[in-house]
Amino acid sequence: MNDIASKVLKGEPRSVARLITLAENNSPDAAIAMKDIHPNTGEAHVIGITGVMGGGKSTLISEITREYRKQGKKVGIIAIDPTSPFSGGALLGDRVRMMELAMDEGVFIRSMGTRGMLGGLTSAVYDVVEILDASGKDIVIVETVGVGQAEVDVIKIADSTLVVLVPGLGDSIQTIKAGVMEIADIYVINKADRPDVNQTVAEVKSLVDIDCSNKDRKKPVLTTNARNGEGIKELVNEIKKHKKYLDNSKEFDNKRMRRYEAELIEIIKKRLMNLIFDESKFKEKVESLIYKIFKKEVDPYTAADEILGKILK
Amino acid sequence: MERKIRVLIAKPGLDGHDRGAKIVARALRNAGMEVIYTGLHQTADMIIETAIQEDVDVIGLSLLSGAHMTLFIDVTKLLKKKNMQDVLFIGGGIIPKEDVSVLKKAGVDGVFGPGTHTEDIVVFIKNNVKL
Repeated sequence: MNDIASKVLKGEPRSVARLITLAENNSPDAAIAMKDIHPNTGEAHVIGITGVMGGGKSTLISEITREYRKQGKKVGIIAIDPTSPFSGGALLGDRVRMMELAMDEGVFIRSMGTRGMLGGLTSAVYDVVEILDASGKDIVIVETVGVGQAEVDVIKIADSTLVVLVPGLGDSIQTIKAGVMEIADIYVINKADRPDVNQTVAEVKSLVDIDCSNKDRKKPVLTTNARNGEGIKELVNEIKKHKKYLDNSKEFDNKRMRRYEAELIEIIKKRLMNLIFDESKFKEKVESLIYKIFKKEVDPYTAADEILGKILK
Repeated sequence: MERKIRVLIAKPGLDGHDRGAKIVARALRNAGMEVIYTGLHQTADMIIETAIQEDVDVIGLSLLSGAHMTLFIDVTKLLKKKNMQDVLFIGGGIIPKEDVSVLKKAGVDGVFGPGTHTEDIVVFIKNNVKL
């Protein structure tokens, strides 16, 4: 077996960390190691957490993790923050809210930049979930960048998705548009010590009431105050209940299949783009086609067909 | 394959002055690095544990309390113990001249005092990081 993969399977933190780096950098070594990782995955419950910026997601994750730790579960956390499209740099600050977990051997936290990917995730996140899963984590939590209107990709990877809202954003449900409200398995109204919490709960519940996408399960709406731990136990119970619900329905296998579909698309996209734009083989051809488009000698669609034709033949 | 430089910026010990650390964190981000910022009151053990999990190439500590001779050196010892000398270790803050050579001897790769241009830190990292 691949050396780094076998160390990851033993749960060695440094090998876990190094393999994540290799995956993030699209290293061919990562692809080799993942061959041995993949058969050893599937056990971890993957929880996705998304929601409004400043909603307290990181603090909430810290508290959820402490609750799972009390129950003896090992937890992996992937905290994603945006990469600047201008400098390519990123300031990853989610750990500030998770300091109490820093010395716990049963917790592994990794901060990641989006590195150009839209949708609130980063393209290596599929690998990282598998790596943490294979390293023996019972729970893998994925924290997306704060959500605006289109950051819904987290459902592609999570078994259970939490959407975190806060009271007092006025008509907050309007600000996070349709897609975001549809992806929740559980709604969390955090910062529940704030005024207007009842109104926000009522607004969300009224949305849940008219939602008839699944008649077997009504989406729960919970309130928490992550700062003092209020409502966390109930939230974790609700997450576990959702997992049980998935296990007893066909939905679970379906969700996992869709996850692998999304991952496959991501890998193909990456490889194809790499092949066309980075490898010297096609570089000249691509440049000359771009020039031809510019000179109106060819249209962009024909040019794209020509490039794809060369690869697929 | 582009390898991004990953940097851990932290403040060890009992010192709440984090403006310098935040300015450096911003400057490194603007230079295209991924900066993991962990904030205040870090112990040497926490810093090393975070550096391992985040697989950083650089650790940058900021300290204005005067405890650098203890806390920076604790980190160098742990880096040696954990066989992590490939991680570039830099420190900044109010550090008297006579301490700088002692710190460097102990394994702090770069020391940056008040008045340092952030660009100098960026250049130092780019020239010395082991990827």
